[in-house]
Amino acid sequence: MQHSDTRDALKAGIPIFIGYFPAAVAFGVLARTTGTTFGEAMLFSIVVFAGASQFIALNLLATGMGPVGIILTTLLVNFRHFLMSAYLSTRICEKAVKYYLPMAFGVTDETFSVMSFTRKILTRQFVMLLELTAYTGWVSGTLAGFVLGRFMPAILTQSMGVALYALLLAILMPELKTSLRSLVLALASGLFNWFLVTVDVLPKGWSIIVCILLVASAGAFLNPDFIKKDNTHG
Amino acid sequence: MDRSLIPLIFGMAAVTYLPRLAPFLFFSNARIPGRLDAFLKCIPVAAIGALIIPGAFTATPDLPWAGVAGMGFTLVYGLFKGGIIVPVLGAVAVAWLVLSSV
Repeated sequence: MQHSDTRDALKAGIPIFIGYFPAAVAFGVLARTTGTTFGEAMLFSIVVFAGASQFIALNLLATGMGPVGIILTTLLVNFRHFLMSAYLSTRICEKAVKYYLPMAFGVTDETFSVMSFTRKILTRQFVMLLELTAYTGWVSGTLAGFVLGRFMPAILTQSMGVALYALLLAILMPELKTSLRSLVLALASGLFNWFLVTVDVLPKGWSIIVCILLVASAGAFLNPDFIKKDNTHG
Repeated sequence: MDRSLIPLIFGMAAVTYLPRLAPFLFFSNARIPGRLDAFLKCIPVAAIGALIIPGAFTATPDLPWAGVAGMGFTLVYGLFKGGIIVPVLGAVAVAWLVLSSV
């Protein structure tokens, strides 16, 4: 059992590694060009481990925003993980609180996406190895980006920006192909988010949270048996 | 340098980690009522939809078409085949081709 967990976690984790590495390279490159030291850039990826908010922090630093403003923005941008952890906490089969600490640290958009569409029971071995693989990609990519950044053509760095979105779409595709309801929910959420970002009335990061809350509520209200067949904890 | 980013980084780490951790401490041993359970089950699809759109359209800021073409590859490849590694690397390659051919 443990052996197959290891194999499955690596099989699911390596694509995240491949998606994270170039994105982290881009972060490392950008960190260097905005005057962040090597130690600071690495510390960002080692202790924060959140792609979008690390990029936003660099941008905000460049605009001269103070630390309190940046930390508040980070809270808003990452609050979506609260919803993701809420979902995962009902799926992960683990009762010992000490294991929650590392498992929660590794909850990101991509590890969450992989875990939520993993059909089997989520054991702590699977979860932690999956997250560790992703984390390794993020930290090593940051290192590579900072060190090799000055030799990298800008065009390649920019192309890598598409990797994370392609990863999310690739994770979602099998679900969209088999469930019309999921396709409708995902599209509705995306289009609604597009609308919210365009009208620009919410603070950065909140549009995604509003989309998740409203679309998931609508989904639950319209059909309480949503994906009932996959219920693995009740 | 007159500023140290260390306090900022640890502050960001705290506000990132706590929302990730809190549900595990408060939720995991509770019995979840049916409606809330259905709500939670809708979160993955709703979250990924909102994460992709419209972000993917700005993935390559200088030339949005490059990123869109990359995503198009992922979509078409995903319709006919599956997997994750080829779609991800292929999307980067397509974006790179478009960017370098302009």
